[in-house]
Amino acid sequence: MVSRAYWVAFKTLLRKEIRRFSRIWVQTILPPVITTALYFIIFGNLIGRQLPAIEGYRYIDYIVPGLILMSIISNAYANVVSSFYGSKFQHYVEEQLIAPIPSWVILIGYLSGGVARGLSVGAAVTLVSQVFTSLPLHNLWVVFSMALLTSILFSLGGFINAVYAQSFDDITIIPTFVLTPLTYLGGIFYSIDMLPESWRCISLGNPILYLINAFRYGFLGVSDIGLLQAYAIVLLFISVLFAYSLYLLKVGRGLKS
Amino acid sequence: MSHAIDITQLTKTYAGGHRALCGIDLHVEEGDFFALLGPNGAGKSTTIGIIASLVNMDAGRVSIFGHDLVREPMAARRQIGLVPQEFNFNMFEPVEEIVINQAGYYGLEGSAVRARCEVLLRELGLWEKRREMARNLSGGMKRRLMIARALIHAPRLLILDEPTAGVDIELRRSMWQFLREVNRQGTTIVLTTHYLEEAELLCRNIAIIDQGRIAAHTSMKALLNRLNCETLVLDLMAPIDAPPHLVGVDCGVVQVDAHTLEVTVSRGQGLSGLFAALAAAGVEVLSMRNKSNRLEELFLSLVAQGRQAQRGVGEGE
Repeated sequence: MVSRAYWVAFKTLLRKEIRRFSRIWVQTILPPVITTALYFIIFGNLIGRQLPAIEGYRYIDYIVPGLILMSIISNAYANVVSSFYGSKFQHYVEEQLIAPIPSWVILIGYLSGGVARGLSVGAAVTLVSQVFTSLPLHNLWVVFSMALLTSILFSLGGFINAVYAQSFDDITIIPTFVLTPLTYLGGIFYSIDMLPESWRCISLGNPILYLINAFRYGFLGVSDIGLLQAYAIVLLFISVLFAYSLYLLKVGRGLKS
Repeated sequence: MSHAIDITQLTKTYAGGHRALCGIDLHVEEGDFFALLGPNGAGKSTTIGIIASLVNMDAGRVSIFGHDLVREPMAARRQIGLVPQEFNFNMFEPVEEIVINQAGYYGLEGSAVRARCEVLLRELGLWEKRREMARNLSGGMKRRLMIARALIHAPRLLILDEPTAGVDIELRRSMWQFLREVNRQGTTIVLTTHYLEEAELLCRNIAIIDQGRIAAHTSMKALLNRLNCETLVLDLMAPIDAPPHLVGVDCGVVQVDAHTLEVTVSRGQGLSGLFAALAAAGVEVLSMRNKSNRLEELFLSLVAQGRQAQRGVGEGE
């Protein structure tokens, strides 16, 4: 009986989140699709044609998995950070705090919203990429699991950002100054084998590099790093951030006085 | 009779050092219509916030229909519906969706919830607006939306924090009627309000809180009985030059203007003697009303007494 009530509460949160980003699809779904299409045209077709193949693949084929994952990362993060901060700002998070829902159900509800948007945008970008190239599929399981785990990880990041945010400026600082540089330097546009040794070592400290390479392996079957290493890193980060998010929600950090 | 709310030695000090509650005890009986009154910053909203799990308590015990808020938080929360002071819904969601979603958070869904939502929205005059975005509603409609949302899971305890603030008198009266009916059907109601007339009209029991302490906790009737005297305003048929000398009645008379008198009479003294004395003095009364709300006078005097007592303790230390 209780678990059914929690299931209904979870479904309600997920439905609310999906409706939220679907209602404003012009702001949430369309822009990343257009931006990524521009990447395909400029870097893939116009510039990419002049470049040699990387690990046996045309440049456009090499960068498409990274661009798909980049859109998943930024949208999963953006969905949770804006939705949860909005609910704090307008106080309607109280609707959930007063209800008989455990913190973990609330957290999973918001994360699922981020995953839904991340995967929706990822799917839309993948479809658009088919206009420019015919992407091979080496291992569907790796593609799907890595997309899912990445969207969970960055939804958690967005949640923690929203908990600490005290103004709308605070929810743009991390995406602009941390997430975007790490994503661009995470090997979307190049293989780290092309970098000088010192930069290669520095790049290995970037967790996004592991995600992009594992995701690329799912499509192309090539990667700069080991697949198991990538799964271990993403699962470790998810465990730590999930536990921390749950702690923040339980003590009511930024929510309760 | 069992208690809807049982609060024992509840204490709360905010991060800045402000002591909002200094160990209050409060009991609300099941089925009651209870007023929690106090000046701004007295501790009302903190008390309500703790009951609703929106504020963390420092010490003490709160139980809702026997469910301890710390040991059985889910069971306790299931009993409560809250109408807060500030609007706290997503302004960009349609009215019906806000109410249905709230039911979902309580684990309720399906046709029964939709039917109850329709009943509530119709009773509160919001059915025609069910597909409107909440931000397009008027202030009064937004307040009624919060009432519908709080009642969707049929709570046994409804807490209303200033539910009629900024609502015009006609709407306020219709809300009173609605709340009386909700209470008549068995829901315990706790009300905070700045309109003391509202508390006097609706509530059977009352607590007055000031500076984090309970200044009075009794029935409305017992509280109003503490009044020793009341002031009546008399509108006169014909103008007078000077206040009349009234023989045989114990009262104070003040002339406000040529057509108005204020007469202060002690409690228990019949008004027939007063009117007889007025007639004997040649004064004809057109109409009569209380100078001020009786509860307001008591409220002010209790708060003043409490503060005086606190000052005395402070000086003693």
